[in-house]
Amino acid sequence: MGMTMTQKILAAHAGLNEVKPGDLIMADLDLVLGNDITAPVAIDVFEGINAETVFDKDKIVLVPDHFAPNKDIKAAEQCKKMRLFAKKHDITNYFEIGQMGVEHALLPEKGLVVAGDLVIGADSHTCTYGALGAFSTGVGSTDMAAGMATGKAWFKVPAAIKFVLKGKFNKYVSGKDLILHIIGMIGVDGALYKSMEFVGEGIANLRMDDRFTIANMAIEAGAKNGIFIVDEQTIEYITAHSQKEYTVYAADDDAEYDKIIEIDLSTIKPTVAFPHLPENTRTTDEITEPVYIDQVVIGSCTNGRLSDFAKAAKIFEGHKVAKGIRTIIIPATQKIYLQCMELGYFKTFVEAGATVSAPTCGPCLGGHMGILASGERCVSTTNRNFVGRMGHVDSEVYLANPEVAAASAILGRIADPTELSKKEKL
Amino acid sequence: MKAKGKVFRYGNNVDTDVIIPARYLNTSDPKELAEHCMEDIDADFVKNVKKGDIIVADKNFGCGSSREHAPLAIKTAGIACVIAADFARIFYRNSINIGLPILECPEAVANIEAGDEVAVDFATGIITNVTKSKTFQGQAFPEFMQNLIAVGGLVNSINKKL
Repeated sequence: MGMTMTQKILAAHAGLNEVKPGDLIMADLDLVLGNDITAPVAIDVFEGINAETVFDKDKIVLVPDHFAPNKDIKAAEQCKKMRLFAKKHDITNYFEIGQMGVEHALLPEKGLVVAGDLVIGADSHTCTYGALGAFSTGVGSTDMAAGMATGKAWFKVPAAIKFVLKGKFNKYVSGKDLILHIIGMIGVDGALYKSMEFVGEGIANLRMDDRFTIANMAIEAGAKNGIFIVDEQTIEYITAHSQKEYTVYAADDDAEYDKIIEIDLSTIKPTVAFPHLPENTRTTDEITEPVYIDQVVIGSCTNGRLSDFAKAAKIFEGHKVAKGIRTIIIPATQKIYLQCMELGYFKTFVEAGATVSAPTCGPCLGGHMGILASGERCVSTTNRNFVGRMGHVDSEVYLANPEVAAASAILGRIADPTELSKKEKL
Repeated sequence: MKAKGKVFRYGNNVDTDVIIPARYLNTSDPKELAEHCMEDIDADFVKNVKKGDIIVADKNFGCGSSREHAPLAIKTAGIACVIAADFARIFYRNSINIGLPILECPEAVANIEAGDEVAVDFATGIITNVTKSKTFQGQAFPEFMQNLIAVGGLVNSINKKL
């Protein structure tokens, strides 16, 4: 029987010629990731294991990004614990404030993940690196600790759903809209325990940033991982960012899939996920009653990359944030921060009446830098809109792409960017 | 290994943000986490839960974040077992690793209400709704997993072997 991309990577890392869905395997890890929320728990667990040090100091990545820069004393203690651990074990890839960024934007940028890698991270959005043709998946702190000690983890080989993409996005549509469309279609458990494999001629029309956004939210459909075929753009990205050797895995022609879904990218419209699940999607033209908002957040591991801010800046040009709307811009890494500054995006944002924050996961998970009060609503380019996700249990989060978020900030309600040009014509 | 207790009943897609809201993740102390367990979905849970009680939910329990704080908070709050139609995969893995027994059994879930008394036999996978006098066959835990839960999780089990 043929294998999927995911199955081939798992087989190669387990030293097996073949694996099939349901097989339990022990695989070698290329990278183990943790952050300031999950690593402290993993460190406690690690210290309970009879291991002197980590399996490979170059293959562990520790990033203080969730409640960092430290939001309070308890968070400071958590970050300190991770910092001391990194020092004790001489961890090469510990990124201090000033070098750090939101982990899933940072790791590809630093060239730490390449095609064919097998990565686990104690963060559910670790699945982002599938954009590079790697197998990467989120695990808990105990798995992270065992991974740091042994360089191995066990996996149950997943079945897969294949998404065949064709065509090209229309204006104001990007990777976020495609993945929200898919989650709306298959549900938040539509890919439970499975791989989501993205193939087809339409991939060539997706920038790397779009692919990161799409793979990032595979977990919101319950998937174990999301993965893209490797093409010229992928190779170009990898060679520009990394010295590591990469391996390209393509699915066999006779690989089996539980389902094959074909999507024409030109049919995708700007899409918003309403509270309180990412599957509650509506296209902007389906929103008939105005949804007034209090806050807009543009950033995160989902949409905090350069092209996201380029798009948002274009929308903000010549406009002001509506009175009473708090608009918070969070570049995901230091590099993106600097690029936004050099390209003049910050000037556009600040002149429009938005504020720019240091890189952090911050408000996405209700940590800091933009927490919602009861009854408040936020349009956010982040990935989850669960009850209480960004603050008070009675607040609401609407997930959208950066252009929709920017247009919403300007109009003070959920808005499609085309509404702005109409307004200008009037 | 067996469990028997009163049921707390929840619906579909109970996510890790309601199991343990991120605002409490600035600590990893299990007792502190347990004090806020289920707070955003059931404010009375912590007040009413007793050691040995059981959580029963519909589909995709534990979806969302990879935070191991979620099963840890549930276990530390005194819950003996979670039964659901199915679980989100990271939550499933984390529960096994920290020694929180979890069972998938859609039939049982469809026939259990809040406040019912339920008994679970992990060796056979048999779930009994004592209140309604109904019995269901859930997944039995393989022996290694029973041992893992008995010693309190993956780490204890690794160290026991060493």
